[in-house]
Amino acid sequence: MAQRTAKGPAPRVPALDEELARRLLFDMMLIRRFEEKAGEMYALGKIGGFLHLSIGEEAVAVGAISTLRPDDYAISTYREHGHCLAKGSDPRRVMAELFGRRDGLSKGKGGSMHLFDKTVNFLGGHAIVGAHLPLATGVAFASKYRSDDRVILCFFGDGSVPEGEFHESMNLAALWKLPVVFICENNRYAMGTSLERALAQTEIWKFGHAYHMACEPVDGMDVLAVRDSIGKAVERARRESAPTLVEARTYRFRGHSMRDPAGAVYRTKEEVEREKLRDPIVLFRTRASEAGVLTDADVKALEKDVNDRVDEAVAFAEASPEPPVEWLFTDIYKEND
Amino acid sequence: MPVITYREALNLALREEMQRDDRVFVIGEEVGLYEGAYKVTQGLLKEFGPRRIVDTPIAESGFTGAGIGAAMVGLRPVVEMMTFNFALLALDQIVNSAAKLHYMSGGQYHIPIVIRGPGGPAHQLAAQHSQSMETYFYHVPGLKVVRPSTPADAKGLLKSAIRDDNPVIFIESETLYAVKGEVPEDPDFTIPLGQAVVRREGTDVTVVAYMGMYYRAMEAAEELEKEGISVEIVDPRTLRPMDVDTIMASVRKTHRAVVVEAGAGFAGMGSEISAWIQEHAFDDLDAPVERVTGENAPMPYARNLERAKTPSKDKIIAAIRHVCYANGG
Ligand SMILES: Cc1ncc(C[n+]2csc(CCOP(=O)(O)OP(=O)(O)O)c2C)c(N)n1
Ligand SMILES: [Mg+2]
Repeated sequence: MAQRTAKGPAPRVPALDEELARRLLFDMMLIRRFEEKAGEMYALGKIGGFLHLSIGEEAVAVGAISTLRPDDYAISTYREHGHCLAKGSDPRRVMAELFGRRDGLSKGKGGSMHLFDKTVNFLGGHAIVGAHLPLATGVAFASKYRSDDRVILCFFGDGSVPEGEFHESMNLAALWKLPVVFICENNRYAMGTSLERALAQTEIWKFGHAYHMACEPVDGMDVLAVRDSIGKAVERARRESAPTLVEARTYRFRGHSMRDPAGAVYRTKEEVEREKLRDPIVLFRTRASEAGVLTDADVKALEKDVNDRVDEAVAFAEASPEPPVEWLFTDIYKEND
Repeated sequence: MPVITYREALNLALREEMQRDDRVFVIGEEVGLYEGAYKVTQGLLKEFGPRRIVDTPIAESGFTGAGIGAAMVGLRPVVEMMTFNFALLALDQIVNSAAKLHYMSGGQYHIPIVIRGPGGPAHQLAAQHSQSMETYFYHVPGLKVVRPSTPADAKGLLKSAIRDDNPVIFIESETLYAVKGEVPEDPDFTIPLGQAVVRREGTDVTVVAYMGMYYRAMEAAEELEKEGISVEIVDPRTLRPMDVDTIMASVRKTHRAVVVEAGAGFAGMGSEISAWIQEHAFDDLDAPVERVTGENAPMPYARNLERAKTPSKDKIIAAIRHVCYANGG
């Protein structure tokens, strides 16, 4: 299904300058390398619990978040390393969190599924499917309450769509005209359950119509198309205080988590191989070099930079001590200031 | 000091806190135009407008989650549950989001939210609308749970709950809204969360009770006074964090304890308090701690069955006599 049935207006091609191309490619490559490394560290037993990689889906996080101001918010699921890094978190502190160390973003108390970074307005890592959609709605409510024009991007999987909280949130956001962009990362599977086995309406973006909400599908493997679509949605949120539902069609190249080997029972090897031909990083690199904005040497330099950053992140995480045992009891309640 | 109803005391607390802090807003079903299913929010829409008194559709998980999201970025929502029975639809948001975001984020985000509404045995409302709801919440680290028995407590504790930086579950009672009592007018009057109160001094036995059971225990105490049994009544007011010091000080004085609760007894508040007393004051006790609890059955509709389900004054009296090794006990 490399040829998606994404209808709607053909993506406009915005001007691609060198600076932008460099930033988008760097961010996607950083996420890719970071997660490959995290996978290795998991195999070595340095990372525990559940580890969900977004390899193959980087264009959605990077394209979408590239349209935000720093004071805008993003919120996501347990498959959120990419969103967190794209929002600007320090890879060293993200890796330290995965390692469960004291210098992790959440002091080692959250882990891979619960990354939070207030310094970049990343509102977390939420591991109950569908539960952060109401939270995003409330954050947008607060923006409107304060008239401060800050927008929130809410990333979630296709698995959230059959949940009641998806529908409650869509309704409330549309009813109250809130500045939120709902971005469904449709990778066609919720664990082993394909869209067709979960949804009576598999064109997820069309749920927007039911709630009188602007909505469209977008090719989630094309970082510029994502940027274009989300860019419009962010403007709509900021200028008109109106929500949008965007269905970004993407694919995860790896298994659901590290406990699910890729190409397992619910999908074919052929399907996975076919999808890998639409690797968002390769697609964008090719496009940037064909457009003459990035040379091979530029890409090599970015690659080295990315590798260094990830190596540093691992070294930092390794060196960071475990959280002291007294921290078991801190941050349960906040003392009033 | 003016005498007002429990309902008016809550209303006053909301008004004062909304006047004091623009970040405070009320959100829930029928809180605005309808003025509250139990009229607790009467007049607030008129005074504060629809920006701050927010009517919602019937979507408990959605609007509770929205409150939590708004709290994450600095607002101070008061979410009204039409009745706490419906909070079960938002239980995931309360337990997995509100209670844990501070911890999971390593202290970066905190959730100053109050979730309030009536929730307790009420007259002939049957199994789905008449039950003690605190049990579902006080087990959870990260939540504070308040059960205010009197009008003054309702006001003072709600104000503290709104000013608190943590999620507070504030469960009122249908059967107490019309109860009257003296309530301080001072807008700075608050009662700290986590402080129990000795409601009645006595020397022979400590009775721990709250909400409707507190009033029933008072009746029992008056009656036993005539027999020469002096009952001390402690109202915990906040169930989490629990003021064990006040309870323990009373038990150390009286050497006997009866814990009363309206809800089904199995793994209830009574179990927790009596376990605590036996663990920490065993040597002070002259008798085993006794529990008087609701029966382990859903709430029936029929009047006689309903009466049988909930602890009666007679059962409380019998338990007190029993721990005092008194006549008929
Ligand atoms: C409410 C809830 N039910 C079940 C799960 C277990 N679970 C975790 S991830 C997942 C699949 C979700 O798929 P999707 O939303 O498509 O996101 P993806 O993993 O594809 O990114 C399930 C069923 C959960 N975490 N929360
Ligand atoms: Mg999916």
